[in-house]
Parts: sequence; C-alpha cells; structure tokens
Amino acid sequence: MNIETEIKSILKTHQLDIGYANKLIAKNISVEINTGNLIAVIGVNGSGKSTLLKTLTGDLSPKKGEIYLQQKNITELNTAQLSHFISVVLTDTQFSHNLNVEELVALGRQPYTNWLGQLSKNDKLEINKALQLLEIEEKSLSKCSDLSDGQLQKVLLARAIAQNTPLIFLDEPTTHLDLYHKIFVFKLLKKLTRQTEKAIVFATHEINLALQLCDQIILVNKGEIIQKTPEELIKSNLLQELFPKDLVAFDASSKSFRVL
Amino acid sequence: MQKNTIFLLLGVLILLLFMILNISLGSVNIPLKEIMASLLDADVEKETWRYIILEYRLPKAITAILVGSGLALSGLLMQTLFRNPLAGPYVLGLSSGASLGVAMVILGGSIFGGVISSFFFSKWTLVIAASLGSILVLLAVLATSFRVKDTMTLLIIGLMFASLTSAVVSILSYFSPAESLQQYVFWSFGSLGNLSWQEVLILLIFWCLGILISIFCIKNLNSLLLGEKYAVSLGANLKKTRLLVILATGLLAGSITAFAGPIAFIGLAVPHLTRQIITKNNHLILFPAVAIGGAILMLICDSIAQLPGSNTTLPINAITSLIGAPVVIWLLVRKKKLYF
Repeated sequence: MNIETEIKSILKTHQLDIGYANKLIAKNISVEINTGNLIAVIGVNGSGKSTLLKTLTGDLSPKKGEIYLQQKNITELNTAQLSHFISVVLTDTQFSHNLNVEELVALGRQPYTNWLGQLSKNDKLEINKALQLLEIEEKSLSKCSDLSDGQLQKVLLARAIAQNTPLIFLDEPTTHLDLYHKIFVFKLLKKLTRQTEKAIVFATHEINLALQLCDQIILVNKGEIIQKTPEELIKSNLLQELFPKDLVAFDASSKSFRVL
Repeated sequence: MQKNTIFLLLGVLILLLFMILNISLGSVNIPLKEIMASLLDADVEKETWRYIILEYRLPKAITAILVGSGLALSGLLMQTLFRNPLAGPYVLGLSSGASLGVAMVILGGSIFGGVISSFFFSKWTLVIAASLGSILVLLAVLATSFRVKDTMTLLIIGLMFASLTSAVVSILSYFSPAESLQQYVFWSFGSLGNLSWQEVLILLIFWCLGILISIFCIKNLNSLLLGEKYAVSLGANLKKTRLLVILATGLLAGSITAFAGPIAFIGLAVPHLTRQIITKNNHLILFPAVAIGGAILMLICDSIAQLPGSNTTLPINAITSLIGAPVVIWLLVRKKKLYF
C-alpha cells in the first residue's frame, strides 16, 4: 500500500478520566489514534486495560473529559451512529455456534441494512471482500461449532472488517492460541492496517510481540496511561518498572523480557 | 436462499395437507368429498355434516394452527433473547404466569362474588389476564437474568416462578366452589376444540399483534445471535428490543394459554426441529419456518388427541408432552449439544 497516504486522526482524548462510579482508574489521559496504525494496549492484570477499552469504545462513560471520534464527541453519538465508527472483537464466545461463517460475517453489515436486515448487492460485496482478506472464503459455509480457535478468530475479525469502520478494537485476540498462531494473528492485524488504512487497537499480554510488530503502544500501569512508539518505550525506563523485579526483567538490548 | 424458499413453500403445502387430514378425522366419519363441499360452500348430503365441519372442526383446525405457530414462535423469541437453547414459554414459566391469570379470573372471580364474576368472566378478560400473567413472569425472569448470567440458573428461576404461581393457584382452588374448580381443571388439560368463531377471532387478533411486533424485532434478534455486547456494537437498541420481544411473547403465549390451556414442549422443540431442516439462522427465514413447523406439529398432535374413530378426546397437553419430550431427548443425545 501507499505509505505516503495522509495520516488522519480518528480518535483523540482530551483530559480524560476513566473509572467507575466510586473508583477512579486513571486520570488526565491523552491518547490519539491515527489511520493505518496498529496499537497494542499493554499492562498487568487488573491495571485498567479493559476499563480504558470500554471507555474508548463508548461502552462506559468517561468520568471526566472528552473522547472525539473524528471531531465528534463520543457521548453525543447513539449506538447506531457509533456502529459506523467502531467495530469490536470480543473475548466472549457466547454467540450462537449454529451460525455459519458467512452468516456471522454478514451480521457485520447490520449498521447499513434496512429494517428487516436484508443484504444489498453492496453488502454482499463487502462480505466477500472481508472473507477474501482473511482467506476464509472456502470456509464460508462451515458452522462456527466446527472451527478451531484460530479460525474462529479470523471469522470474528472478518465480521469487524465487514462492518467497515475506521477503527477496530480487539480484546486479547491471541488468548488460547499457540505461539505460531499468536504471531500469525499479530502479522495479520499488521497487514490489515496496511491494506485497509483502518486503525486497529487491541489489548494484549504479549508484550514481546507487541514491541516488535506494533506502531504504537499504550501502556497502562498504576493509574498512568502513556502512549509511545515501541522504540520510545524501550528507551524509557517504563518497561523495567512494569513487573515486580523478583522473576522477570526487561532487557533493552534484546527488546524483550527475560526470566531471571 | 433458493433452497429455503422451496422448503417454505413445501412447508405450506404440507400444512394444508395436514389441515385437511385434521378436519377429515373425528368421531363422525365424513367422506372427503363432502368435507371439501362444506368448505367450498357447495351442496352437502347431510346438513349436520356441514355443521360439524364449519362450526366444530374448522375452528378447531384454525385454533391448532394459531396455537402451534404462536407457541413455536414465542419459543424461538425466548431462545434468541435469552440465548439459551432450552428456553421456551413453558420452561420459563410463561404458561404458569398465564395460568395464574386464568385462575385469578375463574377461581378468584367465584370467590369474590357472583355478580362481579359473571361480569368479569368474559373471554376478553380471560385473555388479557393470561397475557398480563405471562408478561409479568417474563419481566421477573428477565430482571433476574441481569443478575445471573448462568443459563442453568435462569431455567431454575423459571421453574421457581412456575412453582410460585402454582402455589397461588392451589390456594385459590382451596377456597373455590367445586364447579369453578372443575372448570379450571378442564382448562388446564388444554383443549383446542371448544372455541367459538368469535373466540377464534379474539385469538387471531392477539396472534396478529404478537407476530406484527416480533417482525419489527427480526433485525435485532439476528444481531442478538452474537450476544448482547456485539448487538450493541452493531447499533441495536437493546432495551427497546427486549421490551418488544417480551410484549410479543406475552401476547402470543398469554392469549394461546388462555384459550387452549398450558401446552408444553411445542415452544421448546419446534425451533430445534426446524433448525434440522432449515440451515439458515436469519430470523427472516426462521420466523415463517418455525411458525409453519409449529402449526404442522400441533395439527398432528390434535389429530392424535381425538383418537381417530372414537368418541374420546385426550387432553392435548398430554399429547404434546408425549411427543415433545422424546424429541428433545433424541435431539440432545444425537447432537450432543443444542445451540440457540
């Protein structure tokens, strides 16, 4: 793809505080998401990764401050309008496994279909494009109950692609996958951001992989949320501080965590 | 799509066939030619035959179709809304809620005074009370479903509501005079045959209302197949959908239970049986398919219930359970796992 295409801001926060009714998770957050970027959200368990994602996707209201989606304040958008900006891939697998691949991907077109949900020619085109992009056309008639975890992840991603939003959020897309498939998904996400100019933001525990493959990292740690490129993050001392120092340490020369 | 349209057309044809079969069976043997003549308003050999067909068997067959399709559809609505393959109007306590409404009218009316009871005991009161009963139980189940995410717990809660309502019914029966009690017991056996044309019309009005409301939910029901979080991310208005689905199910299950008694297993079994034939999960296709399937199954159950060649009519509720329970067991054993 053309690297010189103009980079535009899709999402930008302004003095954002996140948390729940009686609990502040982090304050004064400044995050910016641009087109074509692959961004990993990392942090230890319970640090507030999912609170941040929930707030950025409009699922949870900000405690203070604003989130702008292409100049529009997120709190002023209803769910129908929001569905044109943000699509999600969740860890929750409680969906009907009776659905076949094509049907599941087709549901991604719901924001664009009529009141009965009938697919137009264009909808079908977009569905096929998404299936092709993820190379799962030959699986299109298989039921979800017959797919492996890795294939299912691709199908869910294809659904998000079919929704055709500038922004895709994924919640820990590589859990349950072996190392090969973890790398496969990371590479796939990277390829998608390059081919489609969509921005993809995902929460992950795979810090080593994220440092190698992502354009930006959002680090959530002890009430602080910092956005940096991997290089900047490695130069800063932030990764060394991430975990207790008795078991694991960050080695800047190899750009990875090492067991002590 | 093409294949499923053929299946639907085939379904309608089979439905018509079973309807004629259902009308031709009964304690009095009427030749098929005379049956068609009665239906088509031509000359009939015996006037009593025409009377039996038009005033008894035809309204019964139409009731069977409305009851079967309505219950099967409310089963489908419940299974998708609760995302639970074992949900259905009977399992979740909707029929019990409707029973409570009916008991309040039949039994409660007789306890709290004769004049009032004869005033209240019109068919409309019965239907509205039953619908309110099922909507109430449904709202209660839904309210608890927000607190418990576990599907098994939800079913147990449905069972608990069923026992609660039946306890209230027991107390009412304890204080009721014998005739109203008998009236209630006969109602609870379930019957399709005692409806006058006027009552069929009332049932049809409620049925149409229920169907109409659920048609507006089709798109959001499809997104609910992915779960509530995905549905919201696709722009679905969850609160509105939930309310509409509950209203539709309450109207369908309530009015049907009011007239035909509590009928088990149709709501639970038919959506699963239909999914064995129709491979699509789109509610736009599942809706008519499940409705046709429910109507066919109900016609079959009714034909069995009237024991061809005899004067006896078995309680319809017993027949649906006798057929429905083995079917669900067979599906569970064969498929290992049911999906909604």
